[in-house]
Amino acid sequence: MSGEELPRERLIVTHFANSLRTGPDARGRFGSFGGRFVAETLMPLILEVEAAYRAARDDPGFQVELDRYLRDYVGRPSPLWPAERLSAALGGAKIYLKREDLNHTGAHKINSCMGQILLARRMGKTRIIAETGAGQHGVATATVCALFGLPCTIYMGAVDVERQKPNVFRMQLLGAEVRPVTSGAATLKDAMNEALRDWVAHVADTYYLIGTVAGPHPYPMMVRDFQSVIGTETRAQILAAEGRLPDAAIACVGGGSNAMGLFHTFLDDEAVRLIGVEAAGRGLDTNEHAASLERGRPGVLHGNRTYLLQSADGQIEEAHSISAGLDYPGIGPEHAFLFETGRVEYVGVTDDEALAAFQLCTRSEGIIPALETAHALAYLTTLAPEIGPGGVIVVNLSGRGDKDIFTVARHLKSGSPGGADLGEIL
Amino acid sequence: MSRIATRFAALRKEGRGAFIPFLEAFDPDRATSQAILDGMPAAGADLIEIGMPFSDPMADGPIIQEAGQRALKAGATLAGTLAMVRAFRARDGATPVILMGYLNPILAYGEARFCTDAAEAGVDGLIIVDLPPEEADLLAADAARAGLAIIRLVAPTTDAKRLPHVLDGAGGFVYYVSITGITGTRSAAIADLAAAMPPIRRATDLPIAIGFGVKTPAQAAEAVGIADAAVVASALIETLAASLENGRAGPDTVARVLDQVRAIARAIREVRR
Ligand SMILES: Cc1ncc(COP(=O)(O)O)c(C=O)c1O
Repeated sequence: MSGEELPRERLIVTHFANSLRTGPDARGRFGSFGGRFVAETLMPLILEVEAAYRAARDDPGFQVELDRYLRDYVGRPSPLWPAERLSAALGGAKIYLKREDLNHTGAHKINSCMGQILLARRMGKTRIIAETGAGQHGVATATVCALFGLPCTIYMGAVDVERQKPNVFRMQLLGAEVRPVTSGAATLKDAMNEALRDWVAHVADTYYLIGTVAGPHPYPMMVRDFQSVIGTETRAQILAAEGRLPDAAIACVGGGSNAMGLFHTFLDDEAVRLIGVEAAGRGLDTNEHAASLERGRPGVLHGNRTYLLQSADGQIEEAHSISAGLDYPGIGPEHAFLFETGRVEYVGVTDDEALAAFQLCTRSEGIIPALETAHALAYLTTLAPEIGPGGVIVVNLSGRGDKDIFTVARHLKSGSPGGADLGEIL
Repeated sequence: MSRIATRFAALRKEGRGAFIPFLEAFDPDRATSQAILDGMPAAGADLIEIGMPFSDPMADGPIIQEAGQRALKAGATLAGTLAMVRAFRARDGATPVILMGYLNPILAYGEARFCTDAAEAGVDGLIIVDLPPEEADLLAADAARAGLAIIRLVAPTTDAKRLPHVLDGAGGFVYYVSITGITGTRSAAIADLAAAMPPIRRATDLPIAIGFGVKTPAQAAEAVGIADAAVVASALIETLAASLENGRAGPDTVARVLDQVRAIARAIREVRR
């Protein structure tokens, strides 16, 4: 595996010399990551999805259609909000929030769902399946399926069904069938296994609408492309507001789709620091976190080669995060590549730090963020003073936190500062 | 000649098809699975397929998923699986052994070292579910150097145009996945199976084994009526699972699995080719 053997310095030089925005290669590789590690039964289908996606991408009509849905249905462009009270509270750089929470269904997930459902329709598929963790992707998928009248089945870990009840109900209201998955740890990884098993058994009529920049090629590329609307808008908005690019752009990383969506446009702007925040759960040095890059090793799962939390024997380990959407032992392969090249910095934020940031954002900006998003916000406590006054930071506010209020209440009740009153209410 | 080629040549002379039973290494514990493995040739196995337990077996249904979970709980590792093969080889030098599983544990072990150690333990071939031809170069050189056959999967979704690509670099035999689906669920209609064989025959001289959905002696007999071998996995594991007492091996676990192997082997031997 050439990527591991190359010293980091050389990788940076070779790739920066050209562009970091050209990946993946024809085999779906970002450096030594990515690829198409699927069973033969699925392989012809994956190739069909890739061909269909390339054709759609080259068809101006497809982009016109997608743009219309993004504007009139999703509500794009999403605003870039200067968070003055939050900036003041953190005492440093000026913070802007990219308001993906204002999209229809309340998160960035719908950007990719919209693109993929149009693709599925072009391919003549009549049934949609998806996996979901927090339920945001499940809700977004169920929503576009309702919009186009397609039946859909959502796989969701039984543990996540419990902790994200409001989203389960939303999916059901939208007409989706939610299948709780009890195998393994009964979270996102297991939901993805089950969705892949469903797909193998229904190859003729079913499209698998993957929710993040993971899975076999072309999904990491395709989902990134659909999410890149976030960064493209942000770039224009920050140039309009500040007359320059930001000093840093920051996003939480589960599978990595909202982060890739924000980062991709800035990859070749070396002056823009890019920071991905992984869930450190109960701490990076415990066994309960979801920090695949900071604590994992390269391996193969769910169709691609990437960093994984795994035992010495190559068995996949269970991730932990307070946020269901980050609770995944892998990460998109492009992030693995950007980690090894050193272009993107990856840091960890614990459950408790995320809870504190959740409250800070809510009370200083009147914006209830998703617990996933709160991980990105929490790192501002370090980053804003570090970049300092006069600096500019953009945060991807990937989703709203209505789905999380019960989880947060439960945790605040059990003792975090400032939480007693909230805890009493619930 | 390799053990796999030798065995298929001998069976061709005998005028019958091959039976390939499957067991999951360390299911439900190491000693029991070793006893099943050691007993299989006498019960009528012509080749043996051993599953390498993995936490996330994407192509497997609940029966093999649970076997993998039991095995991992019992301490299964790749090194332990190879040790089982080594012990088997001390008693049986002729029956080909194929390891089937997923890529990640092999990568964690180190793919070059794994191929060397597997060949040394007496493994003859590898079936790696999540290593399609598009990614096969990852292991091809190491396997070739060690003399391990990479057995390719052909599925109902593999069309005639793709077939030569899939068979390029194939060794041992061709494994025809008889259904679009996961293990232990549906069975293919015999007419569909029969129709699937001619294009594969035209594309390769390798023997063809049919697996996924072959459960009963009658189905196994049908399979060797049109192909060269039948693989039976979930049905044997179901028998093993039913014999467990509180998740542990029962007094007759080994005997019940081997009885079933015998019954299927008998049905296969009655089919003259
Ligand atoms: C609001 C929100 N942000 C982030 C994520 C993490 O996913 P990704 O890393 O693909 O953006 C999720 C996943 O459910 C989410 O709902």
